[in-house]
Amino acid sequence: MARIVVITSGKGGVGKTTTSAAIATGLALRGHKTAVIDFDVGLRNLDLIMGCERRVVYDFVNVINGDANLKQALIRDKRVDNLYILPASQTRDKDALTQDGVERVLNELSEDFEYIVCDSPAGIERGALMAAYFADEAIVVTNPEVSSVRDSDRILGILASKTRRVEQGGEPIEGKLLLTRYSAERAERGEMLSIEDVGEILAIELLGVIPESQAVLNASNAGQPVVLDEESDAGQAYQDAVDRFLGEERPLRFVDVPKKGFFGRLFKG
Amino acid sequence: MGIFDYFRQPRQKSASVAKERLQIIVARERAARSGPDYLPAMQQELLQVIRKYVQVDDDAVQMNVDREGDCEVLELNITLPDDKE
Repeated sequence: MARIVVITSGKGGVGKTTTSAAIATGLALRGHKTAVIDFDVGLRNLDLIMGCERRVVYDFVNVINGDANLKQALIRDKRVDNLYILPASQTRDKDALTQDGVERVLNELSEDFEYIVCDSPAGIERGALMAAYFADEAIVVTNPEVSSVRDSDRILGILASKTRRVEQGGEPIEGKLLLTRYSAERAERGEMLSIEDVGEILAIELLGVIPESQAVLNASNAGQPVVLDEESDAGQAYQDAVDRFLGEERPLRFVDVPKKGFFGRLFKG
Repeated sequence: MGIFDYFRQPRQKSASVAKERLQIIVARERAARSGPDYLPAMQQELLQVIRKYVQVDDDAVQMNVDREGDCEVLELNITLPDDKE
């Protein structure tokens, strides 16, 4: 049986797809057979971030509708063993993602994979609800910014009530917080919500903090999940998050401002 | 921080404003979520009934469910308009 992990946030543009690509790749790098599914029906993007956009033949909805089987639709990553991508459909039919259909695909994947990472679309519409419904675990991607934090809290409410686990009388899944685009400098100057501020408001376990980093855009430009950029701060922060996800202890990195000398403090803004 | 900033009046940092605003709105939305499903509909109907008699704002009816021990208390606040106009 695979563990199903949903990457969600409510708000768009906070880094769900970047995170899905990074976490899935990180899990596969550690030897876990992992599939990452793009639930954003209509707007396909995970394929671009993973750099396999030209290899898409069939998609998630094709498999649900029986136009193709999973083997045909899954794209095997060329860089990392054990990593497979199931792209989103570009159909405009938002009802294409049926609960039965999604369940069938997840069940079939579960036989063969250790982890299934579900890249949720923004919002709280069908695609987002379907991505979360079957999840065993949730990673809530949040920017240190008011609208993102509020939307994350909304999503935590949905995770607490609208999943299969809850409907079957089980314990609700606990979302874990991944704070992205964090700037330690701005937080220290009081211009940005700090890790502690966001943690206090959302009151969930912290999985990791990804610093605001040029490496993320570079990675998406190139179609390389940012964890593969081992030199970069964001890549290393994602690696730490994957380790913590797997139960290892890792201290937070890239969350302190480098101390300036006396003259630096006097003359530099 | 440059040398001249030391002489400036301290003002409230934007992050602490953000935190305060978030704490309030998140608490309110959580309370709304944890209340019974019929609450929003009931709130709308009450608003319509009140408007038969007094013109009030959309947010004039505030409802809250509080738990006190085994007891659930439904708190209802209706803000009437000022008389002066």
